[in-house]
Amino acid sequence: MAEIIHSHKSLSTNPLKASTPLGASLAYLGVAGSVPLLHGSQGCTSFALVLTVRHTKEAIPMQTTAIDEIATIMGGSENLEEALINLTKRMKPKFIGVATTALMETRGEDIVGDLKLILERRAELRDVRVVLAKTPDFAGALEDGWSKAVSAIIDGIVEQPGSAVPLHQHINILPGVHQTAGDIEWMVETTESFGLTPVVLPDVSGSLDGTVPDHYIPTTFGGTTVEAITNMGRALHTVAIGEHMRAPAELLAERTGVASTVLPSLTGLGPSDDFVALLTKVSGRAAPARLRRQRSQLVDAMLDGHFYFGGKRIAIAADPDLLTGLAGFFTSMGADVVTAIASTANSPLLAAVPTARVVVGDLQDLEDSAAATQADLLVTHSHGRQASERLDIPLLRVGFPIFDRLGAMHRCTVGYRGTRNLIFEVANIVLSGLHEHAPEDFSHALPIVEETRHAGATTATC
Amino acid sequence: MSEALKARIAGVFNEPGCDTNIAKDTKDRKKGCSKPLTPGAAAGGCAFDGAKIALQPLTDVVHLVHGPLACEGNGWDNRHASSSGSKLYRTGFTTDMTEMDIVMGNGEKRLYRAIKEAIARYNPPAVFVYATCVPAVIGDDIEAVCKHATAKLGTPCIPINAPGFAGSKNLGNKLAGEALLDYVIGTIEPEIVTDTDINILGEYNLSGELWQILPLFDKLGIRVQSCVTGDAKFRQVASSHRVRLNMMVCSTALINVARKMQQKYGIPYFEGSFYGISDTSDALRMIAGMLVERGADASLIARTDVLIAAEEARAWARIETYRAALKGKRVLLYTGGVKSWSIVAALQEIGMEIVSTSVRKSTDNDKDKIKALMGGDAHMVDAIPPREMYASLMRGEADIMLSGGRTQFTALKAKTPWLDINQERHTAYAGYDGMVELVSELHRAIVNPVWQEVRRPAPWDVNVPGALIESAC
Ligand code: SF4
Repeated sequence: MAEIIHSHKSLSTNPLKASTPLGASLAYLGVAGSVPLLHGSQGCTSFALVLTVRHTKEAIPMQTTAIDEIATIMGGSENLEEALINLTKRMKPKFIGVATTALMETRGEDIVGDLKLILERRAELRDVRVVLAKTPDFAGALEDGWSKAVSAIIDGIVEQPGSAVPLHQHINILPGVHQTAGDIEWMVETTESFGLTPVVLPDVSGSLDGTVPDHYIPTTFGGTTVEAITNMGRALHTVAIGEHMRAPAELLAERTGVASTVLPSLTGLGPSDDFVALLTKVSGRAAPARLRRQRSQLVDAMLDGHFYFGGKRIAIAADPDLLTGLAGFFTSMGADVVTAIASTANSPLLAAVPTARVVVGDLQDLEDSAAATQADLLVTHSHGRQASERLDIPLLRVGFPIFDRLGAMHRCTVGYRGTRNLIFEVANIVLSGLHEHAPEDFSHALPIVEETRHAGATTATC
Repeated sequence: MSEALKARIAGVFNEPGCDTNIAKDTKDRKKGCSKPLTPGAAAGGCAFDGAKIALQPLTDVVHLVHGPLACEGNGWDNRHASSSGSKLYRTGFTTDMTEMDIVMGNGEKRLYRAIKEAIARYNPPAVFVYATCVPAVIGDDIEAVCKHATAKLGTPCIPINAPGFAGSKNLGNKLAGEALLDYVIGTIEPEIVTDTDINILGEYNLSGELWQILPLFDKLGIRVQSCVTGDAKFRQVASSHRVRLNMMVCSTALINVARKMQQKYGIPYFEGSFYGISDTSDALRMIAGMLVERGADASLIARTDVLIAAEEARAWARIETYRAALKGKRVLLYTGGVKSWSIVAALQEIGMEIVSTSVRKSTDNDKDKIKALMGGDAHMVDAIPPREMYASLMRGEADIMLSGGRTQFTALKAKTPWLDINQERHTAYAGYDGMVELVSELHRAIVNPVWQEVRRPAPWDVNVPGALIESAC
């Protein structure tokens, strides 16, 4: 059981969090023909956009209601209306996901009510599905924004199944915010190998995975279609990844009666087994040979890799679910999680993280604690690079944002295959840090006196 | 927004040093230069962003952002302003306001405590405190907090009152300049003063560009007292008011600083650029001439001419090696901050053809220069919508696009060579060496065989005319 420590600092130094509306926007980007719309001043969108582009290396559609000084006094409803109309005219989206920012939530307007009126009034918006998530920056972080946006999509679009028959062998997958396109591909392939048809919401593997379309598309290209979302109530089962996806999964269950399972993580042998076991149960089929092969490859990688994990001191800073999953993975390979920093306290699982203390804090906390606990490896997003340099401890980049390495969206770290990749990645970091031993490495041993060594005889006889 | 801030914004909009502003009539001038944004069709950063861009390169101070997470959390350590000393400026500091702070009105208290914590741990020469939208809306008075903190804690705390909703990045640049004028410049007397001291305003040392220029000054015995704000230390900027001359390198950003330093301290200024070979030479000549006018040794002028002749000859000789490969190649130049015309001149010089250049942020003066260079205004465009840009590149109307990160993927998805010439780039393009570097990068991008590879359809794709299917059978 970990003790959860809340910081009493007034100063956040080197933020670990990315903002809540940004998390919501990422989720909206997983819907086909979509444009995320941040309700706030233009700067918020600009920062979120630039960071997302740097992480995904893709053109990202993202817009703003451009609240200016007058609108902060008069209210933002007109801007919201105008933005929806302009967007629809210019970009012809099928879906617009609105995320509110801190500024609008501070003003405390009835944004939900305003949006309802706008949608009733404006015929131009009839063919586009608009949903809204309330995601002020001052509450939560990336996982919360993502989760709220998925709930908003479910709330606004999924239809009650009524008497309709379940779609043949459909299964809903609700990935967490840290699942990459590569992760989703593994989930999809694995699900399909059981003869099941996955509906992934949100599906960034379609929209943020590096496709080169042959014509210009102003909205997202790929992602979950509105039609597929509409029919999610007719699936056999829902699988949600990460504790932050519990709320959307429960909302979906409550609306449609589709039973759901929340898996805390998909990284590691045990979590991968849980996923496959669930698919076996839902489909009534045995795991295909290909999957058995993958599992045995992972087991082999664990055998080869454990040498480089055993006793290693790991310092992790991440959003709660990512932290929980990675801490479990490292511990299962024999490493010790000596420092655990969570961006928020918004997960009941934090207390179960296998370490003494989980500090809700920032990257300065990571740096201080990693130094104090003599960590061998830092595990966090790209902003950990400064701490890594200063402490001269290698950095494993995980989560969001990863802007100083290519391929962030394609890296797969879930399932048998992804866990295998991750083991190799970590082991290779450790291997590249190994050096040829010198006498100083063994400071606890007796000092070696040059003369005795040359003399040879004395030492040789001992 | 407080009355004081409103008055200040009106003030910076009515900038007598600005060409565009002078050309306007009184009524237009009152409206200021902020265009109202279109909701749902706006792009670009906020005033806070602009203020941060202008000041963040100051290396040894704490840059503390007062607000909820997004303002700093999504944007810290995202540019490549380089430092030869302290790395403190790359540390992200924010009050990360919570709902409680906002509801209970604890913002000011939290800010004060945050300032105190930062000083206790880092002992900086100053703390720059940035306002953002939420504290501005709930009425946090950062000026009062800074005043109190300065008195109590003994470290200058500088309020940068440019909340995002107040306007654009450009406005933020100017408000940052105002803060420097009010709270920093002239607060410390320089230890040494020489008759060849200059400041460079609006140079941020992105990817180390300042360091491409400094050796030139060294050779001439010109001392750069302070660069505002590239690779600057607080002390240098604070004591920058005794120089002989200000050179302003980015016309829109810090003109108010140049003009007010002239008013207050009698320092003349001129506008110049270190992008392009002839521009660099012009700037050096201008500096030498003005310094001599103000009492520097007259030999400076002749020495400058000698240096220019040598540097130009060397640069052109190095560029010459690329001429054959680049001659006749068509460039689409789509820039924001960097001066288009000075790059236009350089690219034309080696025989490249400019298919069009954007003048979104150029002054009329800049536009005239481009017109003169390119003959008429046929190739000048304002903003190009991404759809059209993509279509034009797909039609093969340019061999390479030079632009900022925002349009990067429009070019790449159209399988067109692209070169980053904006804020986020990793390469330094200033001075003589910088221009050579730019040409060599252009060359590298254009001749890369990868373009042929990626444009080639899969030979087995039956939908592609001329595919290999039959011949393969
Ligand atoms: S617009 Fe306001 S809230 Fe948004 S980033 Fe800029 S200062 Fe922060």
